[in-house]
Amino acid sequence: MLSFTLKRLGDLIPTLIGVSLLSFFVIRLVPGDPVMLLLGERGADPKVYQEMKKELGLDRPIINQYGSFILNTLKGDLGRSIISKRKVTEEFFGRFPATLELGLCALIFAALIGIPLGILAAIKRNSFYDYFLMGGSLVGYSMPIFWWGLILIIVFSVGLGITPVSGRIDVIYEIKSLTGFYLIDTLLDTELISEEGLAPFTSAISHLILPSIAMGTIPLAVLARMTRSSMLEVLGEDYIRTAKAKGLPYKKVILVHALRNALIPIITVLGLMFGSIITGAILTETIFSWPGIGKWLVASINARDYPVIQGGVLFIATMVVMINLSVDFIYALVNPKMRH
Amino acid sequence: MRKTLTMGLLLSSLLFSCSGKNKSSNNFVYCSEGSPTAFNPQITTDGTSNNAAAHTIYEKLVDFKYGTTEVVPALAESFSISEDRLTYSFKLRKDVSFHDQGKFKPTRKLNADDVLFSINRMRVKDHPFNKVGGGSYEYFNGMEMGQIIKDVTKIDDHTINITLNRPEAPFLANLAMSFMSILSKEYGDYLTTKNEKEKIDQYPVGTGPFIFKKYVKDSIIRFKKNEQYRGEKAKVDGLIFAITPDASVRFQKLKAGECHLVIEPSPADLDAIEKDEGLKLLSGSGLNVGYLAMNTQRKPFDNQLVRQAINMALDKEAYIQAIYLGQAIKAKNPLPPTIWSYNNDIKDYEHNILKAKELLSKAGHPQGFETEIWTLPVTRPYNPNGKKMGEMMQADLAKVGIKAKLISYDWPTYLKKAREGKHQLIQLGWTGDNGDPDNFLNVLLGCGGVEAGSNVSRWCDQDFEKLISEAKLTTDILVRTQLYRKAQEIFKTQAPWVPLAHSKVFRAMSKSVKGYQIDPLGGDIFKKVELK
Repeated sequence: MLSFTLKRLGDLIPTLIGVSLLSFFVIRLVPGDPVMLLLGERGADPKVYQEMKKELGLDRPIINQYGSFILNTLKGDLGRSIISKRKVTEEFFGRFPATLELGLCALIFAALIGIPLGILAAIKRNSFYDYFLMGGSLVGYSMPIFWWGLILIIVFSVGLGITPVSGRIDVIYEIKSLTGFYLIDTLLDTELISEEGLAPFTSAISHLILPSIAMGTIPLAVLARMTRSSMLEVLGEDYIRTAKAKGLPYKKVILVHALRNALIPIITVLGLMFGSIITGAILTETIFSWPGIGKWLVASINARDYPVIQGGVLFIATMVVMINLSVDFIYALVNPKMRH
Repeated sequence: MRKTLTMGLLLSSLLFSCSGKNKSSNNFVYCSEGSPTAFNPQITTDGTSNNAAAHTIYEKLVDFKYGTTEVVPALAESFSISEDRLTYSFKLRKDVSFHDQGKFKPTRKLNADDVLFSINRMRVKDHPFNKVGGGSYEYFNGMEMGQIIKDVTKIDDHTINITLNRPEAPFLANLAMSFMSILSKEYGDYLTTKNEKEKIDQYPVGTGPFIFKKYVKDSIIRFKKNEQYRGEKAKVDGLIFAITPDASVRFQKLKAGECHLVIEPSPADLDAIEKDEGLKLLSGSGLNVGYLAMNTQRKPFDNQLVRQAINMALDKEAYIQAIYLGQAIKAKNPLPPTIWSYNNDIKDYEHNILKAKELLSKAGHPQGFETEIWTLPVTRPYNPNGKKMGEMMQADLAKVGIKAKLISYDWPTYLKKAREGKHQLIQLGWTGDNGDPDNFLNVLLGCGGVEAGSNVSRWCDQDFEKLISEAKLTTDILVRTQLYRKAQEIFKTQAPWVPLAHSKVFRAMSKSVKGYQIDPLGGDIFKKVELK
């Protein structure tokens, strides 16, 4: 297990070098420079333009720029955003918990509904339930998030008035940012609890409902279909027939014998999904004014904010690799064969 | 069964406990469109940041009178300009307090040191704060303030002189712009001793009607009323910016009562807002112009007759209906009509295909010619849909025999190539910074703008240049008005552009909002708003 862990951690280094090279050079291959964008329609005298480039360190040879980026990164300094002039690390960690919190909730929503639906479809194979659920999952999978998000807002927030339209918490509550996760912060802030009770916590939950549904709908559909096919495969195995023949209760055969094996490919998909949920959060974050990293990164690409793109991509790549690494560990726990 | 019931009750109590209605009594919630890049107008260039800092926390020596572009004293109680128009002397108010920001408590009122500290941070390279936050001051540099200002001197504690290298009539209007906000030197010194200089741009201390409380990135900005404010105090106790980037969601939030005022409602929602009994819609003329520039350094656009023919070939009225959904005014001058010196006597070229063809024949192109139209790749108030407008222009030009190919690049490439003069016909526009005609005529049509990249028609007419240069040398508004009116006549005859439209700006708000006025410079100012 130790050598397995060390080997997987060792894989991290070439991955990160590759990501740093890609994020650094690809954005510089895209035409247009940040100074031109800062100036916009105004333009500037060529002398002023050169001076501004110099101030941002963009006049140096590209190899030198990459060299200092790597050296500074090793020292833990990812530079400053050209636009906000703040440190990239500070900008990233100010936003990442919001994306992570939403991503986790969306995934929990998808797993809690998608997996049972997949099991149901598998055990009721070729019945009305099966066709209905699989047809529904196809609809869910093809749902444009932007449209779906707005429909959810119009129905639940404006029409029925039961959920808030957007944001992370009701604006009247001032949360002390301790962990950045509002579900936790609202329970840790004793001063707030003594004044408002559990209202800020429930407000944070209610703000998570619609974005989690919007973000989790596609993963839910994928999970339901994956679970169905994985379960069908396992249900056809000899040992299941043996279990049934031994007279084991049907529930036990399905939930203990079949599901455990069927879950293995699903866990892998969940890990990969989490990576794509984190990086693809932009649409949900825009509709629900969710202050996460998706929106921030896209804005910096549009503004050619080089330090943010380099640093942000590097952080996300590290996170995704770490998540996949933890999935491998969970995989090893579920499937003892993997431990060796 | 009992478990299911309990869960159901818990869930419904959760949902109903937070229907998102704004429960606070006198907090004004503004649904803004984006996050401020920093809380210091010296280093930011966008309107979003100005709304969050310049119009709430900070003040300048002079300011634009609320709802107009007239320059009036603000932190300076009075000012005078020397005979040679090279020295501007400002008498500072003595009753101005800086904000108590919690950790930092100011011990003195505003004085000349603060003004020196603020202006010199941007212009003096070895100023202790010059390099803080990257050391680039795009707006200050873009307005050439470094070249205009020769020196800033303290005469006494409450008097400062700014001397200029050359007379510059729009200088006073430049001083009223957001990037000339006055920061506290005492706060700067405090941060220096704490070794936290960078906080100056993130935890602002100003003198304005609202005190900064907290910013949660991309989510919320909180301000509280400044009880020590020198003038009429804010009418709301708190001001909250709820950052909501999507226009449709902003509208839903307004309907659900989650905000009192929203910036830039989507044109598609305007009708619904007007029909909603709880809401109201304010509109105002924007200080902008959208135009099609012709590269006068390239054939056949070096010929005035061709330029006039194109002015006649394009059906601007149709663009206003289709592209601006009727929410714009047809443009005939490079200046918007709300700006002083706008020449309303000028007659626009009529839309006339036959006459346009005649002019083209006279210019030696009876069969027309082939050209390119560069369509604006970004959405701007002055041109909400460049591509669609390009298609309409293409069809109009085809009627006079001109075959136009539509071309577009991503925004930075578009600007770069335009600056290099690689275009023939190009869509662009401008939103004014300070309400001075020089900010349009000189920036967009002056000879200096050719190299800077802001004059994309690359038109450098000596008579026009003489008039706008002369207008910069005097502060007499009547003289300047005459000069600019003449300059507009030359522009019209020479026709380096087809001026297209001046778009309107909209704000939607709850009926309970009183005292809000649309700012002609495009900002949102809350010092007079109240909830009734």
